[in-house]
Amino acid sequence: MRLAILNSGHRIGTKALFAIIEMASRQPLLDVVKLVKYRPDFYGNLMGMVTQETMRGPSAWSVADRELMAAYIAKNNRCEFCTGAHSAVARLAYQDGQKVSDALLNLSTANLDEPLKATMLMLGKLTREQRMDAQDIKAVLVAGATVEQIEDALAVCFSFNVIGRLADAFGFAVPSPKGLESGAKYLLSRGYR
Amino acid sequence: MSDISRAREMFTRRILDGEGKTTGSERQAAFNNTDGAGPGHSLIDEVAKKANRIMDEVAKKANRIMDEDIAAAKASGLSEDQIFELVICAAVGQATRQYEAGIAALRQTVGEV
Repeated sequence: MRLAILNSGHRIGTKALFAIIEMASRQPLLDVVKLVKYRPDFYGNLMGMVTQETMRGPSAWSVADRELMAAYIAKNNRCEFCTGAHSAVARLAYQDGQKVSDALLNLSTANLDEPLKATMLMLGKLTREQRMDAQDIKAVLVAGATVEQIEDALAVCFSFNVIGRLADAFGFAVPSPKGLESGAKYLLSRGYR
Repeated sequence: MSDISRAREMFTRRILDGEGKTTGSERQAAFNNTDGAGPGHSLIDEVAKKANRIMDEVAKKANRIMDEDIAAAKASGLSEDQIFELVICAAVGQATRQYEAGIAALRQTVGEV
């Protein structure tokens, strides 16, 4: 990471926690954990609340759907860390790696439910072009998504347009496949708090 | 459905108005992706000016930020804690504008719900 404070500026108790996590997972600590635990009163605590509600709160979208959206938003931002991390969670949540790979490779031809596919196309446009109009929303409604589902998807878009930018600006290391798998298990069982 | 409005508001207020190593106006400028110039912002803070270029990159093309960009921000006199705060504000600001554009288009399409 590009800021030394994010690697080694944590309090002693936090450093001890990091050592325990590394020992238990047998993987290097993910840089995102170092970020959320650095001055958590400034960023990590409250952003964790937002992301937990977005990704694990009540929604007509499944957890797997929301993780796939997160991976797709990250892909559109060309954020390697977040694409890897959230496609790993989506694979685990769906128990279907092919579905996730297909969706990220070519969303138009992927075998996804129409409301999900249309919603992801909208999120991709919003992320790339940073604008949205009524026609984009109509296309998602026609595909069968509800207003509430669109709101929930926009919340996912908010969270991962924050996190992806931070990952790239601070220079998060992209974990090994084992590191991604370990992180995915943690996020699926414990969430974002 | 998820309701992030309250948590998002608390988070935004914290990063913009709470205690920090940068001033509230510097953080607001990073959030808005402006250098603070303009009516009502006659006091352009030197730190915000120096940080402006990298904050613009955080907002628009974060994946192109290089080690040299952060090094340049440090060389300009910003501490790591100041960069930490301003980068977060720039990222949240851009994500907020995108989110609000999406919500506005939704409201326009279906009316206030």
